Amino acid sequence: MEVQITINGTTHTSEVEPRTLLVHHIRDDLGLTGTNVGCDTSSCGACTIHIDGQSAKSCTLLAVQANGADLTTIEGMASGDGLHPMQQAFMENHGLQCGYCTPGMVMAATSFLNENADPSEAEVREGLEGNLCRCTGYHNIVKSVLDCASKGA
Amino acid sequence: MSVIGSRLLRKEDPKLLTGEGKYIDDIQVAGQLWMGMVRSTQAHAAIASVDLSAALEQPGVVAAYSGKDLTEGYWIAPLPCAWPVTPDMLNPPHYPVAVDEARYVGDIVAVVLAESRYEAADAVEHVVVEYEPLPVVASLTDAVADEKLAHPELGTNKAYTWAIDENPDGVQAALDGSAHKVEATYIQQRLIPSAMEPRGVLAVPSPHGGDITLYSATQVPHILRVMVAATTGIPEQMIRVIAPAVGGGFGAKLNINADEILAVALAQKLGKPVRWTETRTEAAGSTTHGRGQEQHVEIGSDADGKITAIRVKIDADMGAYMQLITPGTPLLGSFLYHGVYEAPAFSFTCEGFFTNKTPTDAYRGAGRPEASYAIERAMDMLAAEVGIDPAEIRRRNYINGGEKFENWDNPAGLTFDSGHYTPNLDLALDLAKYDELRAEQARRREAGESKQLGIGLCTYVEICGLAPSRALGDLGYGAGGWEHATVRMLPTGKVEVVSGSTPHGQGHETSWSMIVADKMGIDPADVTVLHSDTALSPLGLDTYGSRSLAVGGVAIAMAVDKLIDKCKALAAHQLEASVDDIVLEDGNLQVAGSPDTATPIQTMGFAAFTAHDLPEGMEPNLNEAVTYDPPNFAFPFGTHVCVVEVDEDTGEVEMIDYVAVDDCGQQINPLIVEGQVHGGVVQGVAQALWEDAVYDADGNPLNPSFMDYLVPSAAEVPNIRTDSTTTTSTSNPLGVKGVGEAGTIGSAAAAVNAVVDALSHHGVRDMAMPATPQRVWRTIDAAKNGGQA
Ligand code: FES
Ligand code: FES
Repeated sequence: MEVQITINGTTHTSEVEPRTLLVHHIRDDLGLTGTNVGCDTSSCGACTIHIDGQSAKSCTLLAVQANGADLTTIEGMASGDGLHPMQQAFMENHGLQCGYCTPGMVMAATSFLNENADPSEAEVREGLEGNLCRCTGYHNIVKSVLDCASKGA
Repeated sequence: MSVIGSRLLRKEDPKLLTGEGKYIDDIQVAGQLWMGMVRSTQAHAAIASVDLSAALEQPGVVAAYSGKDLTEGYWIAPLPCAWPVTPDMLNPPHYPVAVDEARYVGDIVAVVLAESRYEAADAVEHVVVEYEPLPVVASLTDAVADEKLAHPELGTNKAYTWAIDENPDGVQAALDGSAHKVEATYIQQRLIPSAMEPRGVLAVPSPHGGDITLYSATQVPHILRVMVAATTGIPEQMIRVIAPAVGGGFGAKLNINADEILAVALAQKLGKPVRWTETRTEAAGSTTHGRGQEQHVEIGSDADGKITAIRVKIDADMGAYMQLITPGTPLLGSFLYHGVYEAPAFSFTCEGFFTNKTPTDAYRGAGRPEASYAIERAMDMLAAEVGIDPAEIRRRNYINGGEKFENWDNPAGLTFDSGHYTPNLDLALDLAKYDELRAEQARRREAGESKQLGIGLCTYVEICGLAPSRALGDLGYGAGGWEHATVRMLPTGKVEVVSGSTPHGQGHETSWSMIVADKMGIDPADVTVLHSDTALSPLGLDTYGSRSLAVGGVAIAMAVDKLIDKCKALAAHQLEASVDDIVLEDGNLQVAGSPDTATPIQTMGFAAFTAHDLPEGMEPNLNEAVTYDPPNFAFPFGTHVCVVEVDEDTGEVEMIDYVAVDDCGQQINPLIVEGQVHGGVVQGVAQALWEDAVYDADGNPLNPSFMDYLVPSAAEVPNIRTDSTTTTSTSNPLGVKGVGEAGTIGSAAAAVNAVVDALSHHGVRDMAMPATPQRVWRTIDAAKNGGQA
C-alpha cells in the first residue's frame, strides 16, 4: 500500500505492507533509527514520537494508519543552533546513561510540558509513567523535565 | 583547576540525545538475512522431530536448520562456560540449537533465515516440532529433591559444591555457645535483567577474504572474540568484534549467547550477513536471568549483640545450562556474607543445581546483592532478638569498631583495602533524620494509624575492581582480570585514549577524558576515547563487576604518566635541561622555577611526530601503553536508608524517602557517580517490591513481557537523596573503588528491612521478596489474626 508521511518536515511516499508497524517503517524503510524499540507490548515508550503534535507510541500503530500525518521524531528536535531545550536539560542534569530510552523520554517529556507547562514533581512522574528507563532510576530524568519547565522553554 | 572531582557534563550525550547514536538494530547492511529462532514451548522434552519443510516454502526464506542439522554439519561446538568453579563441576554440553532434548521454555530448537524481519518471524511459525514431554525440574525445591532430573543423563541435578569452611566444628561450637541466635531462609527470586535495549547481533562475513565482523549488543567484545574463535574454529585474528552503542547491560550482556555463535557460523556458511534482534518477550528465554537462590543463614551473637559466628548455606539455581559465568555468580558474594562486621567464626557453602528454566548468570551486583541482603536482613533479625536498635547492632559489630582501617583480612580469605564505617552511617542517619523518623514511627504505632512507618537500614560492603588475575586463577575462572590502555598524543596535540573496558551507559568517554585531562593539564575536550572495537582496541577485558575505573581507569592513568614522562624527556632535550628539573604545570612543561621556559605539553605531539630532533635513542611518536593487573580488589561501602509507609488495610508499600550515602573512594565525576547510585537503587528496590520472574509447576514462564513483569516507572519511585564519604582505596594509585553496582547491593535489603520494620510491632520478623501488597497484607493478617502468611 502507498503511504505518504511527513517526518521532520520531509514528505516521504512509500510502498508498505499493510502489517508494517509505523516504528519499523520509520526505522527500517526511512532509515531514521533514533526512535527505538524496547518491547513488543506497547509498555516501554522507547518508540515515542509526535504525531500531529501529540506524543504517541509508534509501535502501536501501523504505518498505514499514519498516512497523511505529520510526524516529529528525535531527529527533528535539535536545530542548526543546537539541542532542543529538553535535550539540553537532559544533558545538563545527566538525565541519560545508555541513552536507549532517551529519544522516547525526550519526545514524551516535551509533549507533556506542552500540556502542563508548570508541573509538580509528582505530575512529571505520573506524566512519564508510560516510558521505562532501566539506567537512571528516573531521578535525573524528572530533574531534567522540571529544569526544562522552569526555564519556560 | 582539578578536573577530577568536577561535575563535567557527558561527552556521550549529544549523540545519544539526537538519535545519532547507533545501536545494534540501527546498523543495516545490504544483503542481510534475518534469523528467526524457533524456541521450545516445553520446559523439558525429547525432540522427536523437527519439520522445516513448510517454513522453507515461506516467502523470503533462505534456509532453516534443526539442532541435528547443525551438529551433523561441519561446525558447532557447545557454548562456553568460563568458570568451572570446581574440578568436578557438571557441565553438560550446551549447543546453540538443542539437539535431542529441549531443556527450558525458550531453548532454541531450530533456526530459520529469511530476507526480512517479518518474513523470519513468519517462518518461525511454520516450523513444526514434535515433543515428548519429560519430567520438569521447575523450582529449586524440585532440583534439590533430585527425583526429577533437568539433565537425566547426569543422574543428578547438583552441579557442584563449593565452600569456604575451614573450621566447621569451630563454627558449630561458636553457634552453640551464642547467647542469641537467628536462623532464617531468604529467597532471592529470579529477576529478568531488562536492559531497555534488547540484545541483538549482526555478523558480516567476507566470503573471499575469510574474515568476519561481528557486531553485538555486548558488554564484552574482547571476551566474545576469543570465545567465537574457540567455539567456531574461525582463526581469532580473522574475527573483529564491535560493540556499537549498547543500551544497558546489567550483566545480561556479559555472555556468549547462542545467537552470537549462530550468526557467525551461519554467516560463514551462507556467505551473507546474518542478523537477529530479540523481542522483549523472547528475551525472557533468550537472555539470562539474575539471582535465583535460597539462602540459609545462621548468625549467633553474645548477650550484647556482638557477632560470634555466621554460617551460610546457599542453593543456587543455575537454570538449564551453564552460561559464561553461571556457576561463579553466587560465589562472587561468598566472601561478603559477614558484611561490614567482624565475624570470629565463618562458614559458607554453595551448591549449584540445574533446573529446567532459563539459565541464570550475572545481574547487576552478581552475588553481592544476595550476600548483602542476607547479612543485612539477618542483622535486623538479630537486633530484634537482642532487643536493640538496628543502627546500634551495626555499630557494635563494625570492623575495627567502625574506626578507619586499611588492609584488613576478612574471615573469607580476602583483604579489605580500606573502610571507615561509623562516619558513613552517621551521615546517612543524619540526612534521613533517623531520630525524628523513629519518633514519628512511635507516634503512629501509639495512635494505631493504618499507615505505619518503616525505616530500613543497610550498611553494605562490596567487591569491585575485578580482579587480580592470580585471585581469579585461584577461583578457577578462565581468564585474567587485567585491563589495557593506550594513550597517544597526535601530531596536533590532541590526545587519543584506547580503552580496553567497554561502556554501555557508564560514561567512560567522559571519565577517561577527565583522568587524562587532569594529569596533563589540558582540556577534556581535547581527549577522545576509542573503545568497543577489537580492531581499534585489541587488548581488553571489558566491563562488568564495577571494574572499569578501578582497573581500566587506573591503566589509563598509568599510561598517561608514561606519556608525560616521555614528554618531559623531550622537553628537557629541547630546553637543554636535565629531565629531573622539568615540571608539568597547567599544561606546560618547564624548567622548575623558570616560567619563561614554559612549553605547552601539547606541542610535544608534533615534535615527536616529525622526529627531527629527538633525544638519542628516543622512538618517534607519543604512544604509551599499560596493561594493569590490580594487586587487590577494592571494597566500596555505604549506608542506605529506606523509608516506607505500609498501609495495613491494603498491604500497599509506598517508598517516601531514600537516602544513599556511598563511599566509592576517590570520585572522578560525582555527576556520574550519583547517576549510577540512582539507577542501582531503583533496580534493587524493584527486586524488593515488584520484580519476580514467575514460573508455573510445568516450567512455563508466566510473566515474560513488560505487561506482566513489573519494571518500575517514574511513578513508582521517589527521589533518591545521595551523599558520600571518601575513604580512598589502597589497592590502586588513583584511590578509586567503583560504584556501578553499589546502589543495587545496598537497596533491596534496605527496602525489605523498612517494610519489616513498619510491621515489627506486630511481631513480623521477615518478608519475602517481592513485598507485593498481597504478600504484605497476608503477613499482617497472619501476625494479627494468626492467618496464613
Ligand atoms: S517499543 Fe513501543 S512501547 Fe515499547
Ligand atoms: S538511559 Fe538507559 S534506559 Fe534510560
